[in-house]
Amino acid sequence: MPRSTYQRLLGLFGNLAVLLILGFLVLPAAVVTIAAFNDKAILSFPPQAWSLRWFARAIEYQDFRDGFRNGLIVTLWSSTIALVVGAMFAFVLDRYTLRFKTALESVLLSPLVIPHFTVGLGFLILAAQIGWTRGYPVVIVCHVVLVLPFVLRSIYVSLRNLDQSLELAAASLGAPPLRVLLTITLPLLLPGLVSGWLFAAILSFNEFTASLFVTSQRTQTLPVAMYNYVREFADPSMAALSVMYIAGTAGLIIFANAFLGLGKVLNIEQNR
Amino acid sequence: MTQPALIATGDEIAVRFNSVTKRFGKTLALHEVSLAVKRGEFMTLLGPSGCGKTTLLNLAAGFFSPDGGEILIHSERVNDVPTYQREIGMMFQNYALFPHMTVAANVAYGLKVRHVDKPEIGRRVGEALALVKLTGMEERKPRQLSGGQQQRVALARALVINPTVLLLDEPFSALDKNLRGSMQVELREIQRKLGVTTIFVTHDQSEALSLSDRLAVMSEGRIRQLGTPQEIYRRPCERFVASFVGDANVLRGRLDRIDGTHAILAMGVVQVRVPMGSLRGAAACAPVDLYVRPEHLEIIEASGRCARSGTIVAQVYQGGHVDLFVECKDPSPERLLVRSAGHQAMTRWPIGAKVGISITGDEGVAFTTA
Repeated sequence: MPRSTYQRLLGLFGNLAVLLILGFLVLPAAVVTIAAFNDKAILSFPPQAWSLRWFARAIEYQDFRDGFRNGLIVTLWSSTIALVVGAMFAFVLDRYTLRFKTALESVLLSPLVIPHFTVGLGFLILAAQIGWTRGYPVVIVCHVVLVLPFVLRSIYVSLRNLDQSLELAAASLGAPPLRVLLTITLPLLLPGLVSGWLFAAILSFNEFTASLFVTSQRTQTLPVAMYNYVREFADPSMAALSVMYIAGTAGLIIFANAFLGLGKVLNIEQNR
Repeated sequence: MTQPALIATGDEIAVRFNSVTKRFGKTLALHEVSLAVKRGEFMTLLGPSGCGKTTLLNLAAGFFSPDGGEILIHSERVNDVPTYQREIGMMFQNYALFPHMTVAANVAYGLKVRHVDKPEIGRRVGEALALVKLTGMEERKPRQLSGGQQQRVALARALVINPTVLLLDEPFSALDKNLRGSMQVELREIQRKLGVTTIFVTHDQSEALSLSDRLAVMSEGRIRQLGTPQEIYRRPCERFVASFVGDANVLRGRLDRIDGTHAILAMGVVQVRVPMGSLRGAAACAPVDLYVRPEHLEIIEASGRCARSGTIVAQVYQGGHVDLFVECKDPSPERLLVRSAGHQAMTRWPIGAKVGISITGDEGVAFTTA
C-alpha cells in the first residue's frame, strides 16, 4: 500500500526529532571531548590547535591523583557496603510481610527526596558533634546513604523477577536453605547484584555535593578536587579529565556487558 | 481401568492427612481434611481453583505447615520436617527448571545435594533421561527446550532421587492439547513402571478421570467425594460432584416411592429407577433433581412415552459422537444435552424437529431439591 505524503512527512519529522534528541544528549560530552584536545590554556571552543598536553597535566597533577585514589577507596567501600545492606533490605521487603513495610520502604528510598547537600551537611554536623575526625568513615557512610536507594531498587526488581518456585524446587530436591541461596538464588540474582553495585559505584565516584561537605583536604574525592581546581584555573585539563571519566565508565559497562549482557545488567530482560 | 491388584497389595499407607486445617489470614483454605494415599497409588486432587487442592499438595511438600491436624509420610509425622528432609519429588506448573543450569545439571541437582559420588550421578542421570526419552539433550539449557521437553526434564529431576512420593501440581496445564494427551499416557506409564506413590493436582476433570487410581473431588476446603473414577462419574454423592465431574443434565421430577435399594421417580409420564443414594428417608412426592449424563439420554419420536419433550436447537459434531441440544418448555424451561454415538443422529433429528427424550438404564443420580 503506498504511503501518503502526509505519512511520509510525519515519518521524516519523527526521525529528525529522534536525531535531535540524541544529538542533544551527546552534545555536552562531544564539546568537552573536543575541548580536551585544545592546545591553548583556556577552555575555548572550537580549538585552533591540537595537543594531548592537558591529559598529561591532569594525570600528573597531585590533587587529581589523590582525588582519584580517595574516590576509589570511598567508592569501593560505599558501594560494597550498600550492596550488602541493600540486598538484605531487598530480601526483607520481598519475602516478609511486615507491619511497617511501606514506612520502611519510604525511609529507605528517602535519600531520593532529600537533597545531597542536606545529607552532606547533616553528616558534617553529626561528625563534628560526636567528635569524628573528617576521615574516610564519614565520607563512606554518607555515600552509602546516598546510593542505597539505587542498589535497593535494582536488587528488589531482580528479586521480584525471580521465580520463587525455583527455590521451592531446590528445597524439594533436598537442598537446605543455605545451599538454595548459594546455588539457586544468588547465581540468578547475580546480574541484579552486579548492576546494583555498578550503579552505586558510578554514582558514588561522581558524587560531588555531599562530598564537598564531608571530605577534608586529606580525603577529598576527584569531583571535589576538580571543583577546587576550577576555582583557580580554567584550562582544558578539566575537559581531559572528563574524557577519561567517560572512557573509564564506558569501559566498565562494556566489561560488565561482556560477562553478563547489558540487558541483564540493566535489568531490561527478565531472568528466564 | 484401575489396577485392582496394585491397590489390594498396597494396603500400606504412603501419605496420610489427619483432619488437616489450614488458614491464610481469615480465609479457611482447608477444613479438617482427612485423606489416605496408598503406596503406589495415583491419587488425584480435583476441584475448581481455590478449593484447597494445591494447599493440600503444598502441605505434603512442606512449603508451609498446617494450622491443625497432622501429616504422615510413611507413618512418620512430618508436620515439622522441613521440605528438604522429606524425600519428595515435586513437579511444578511452570516446571521450575533452573535456568542457569544444563539439563544434566538440573537432573543431577538432587543427587549432588545428597553427596552421591560422581560416576553414580552420571549413571543415574543417564537412566533418568533415558526414562523420559531425552538422551542426548544433556548439555542443553532449559530455554532451548520445547514445553514438552521441559516437562520431561522436570519429571526426570523429580524421579531421579527415588522420592517416597511424587507431587504433581497441574503439570499439563501449559501444554497444547495433543501434547498433553501423549504426555499424560507417558507419565502414567512411567508412574506404573516405578510404582511411585503420586499425588496429582488438577482442575481438569477429564484428566482426573483418565489418569487416577482414585480421586478426591474438593471444593471450599473440603473433600466432597473420594473414589475411583468410575464411582465418581457414575455415583456422585452430591450435586457439586455431579455437576463438576463430567457433563450432567438436571431434570426436575418427583419421588414416587422407595423400592428396596432403589428409588422410583416420576418424570412426566414415565417412571425412572435410580439407586437410592441420598434419597433415603425422603418423603413420597418430594420434588427431586435427577442428574443424568448426556450419554444416558436418548432422543425418540415426540409421540413416544418420554420423560421430556422439546425441540432440537443445536447440533455439535464431535467426530466420534454428536452433541444435540434440546430445549424443553414443560414442566420448566431447560436445555438438555444429549450425546449420541455416530453421526446418524444429525440427519435423523434436524434442528427444529419436535422430539421426545427418554432416560436409558438406571444410571442417573437424584438429590432432593433444597
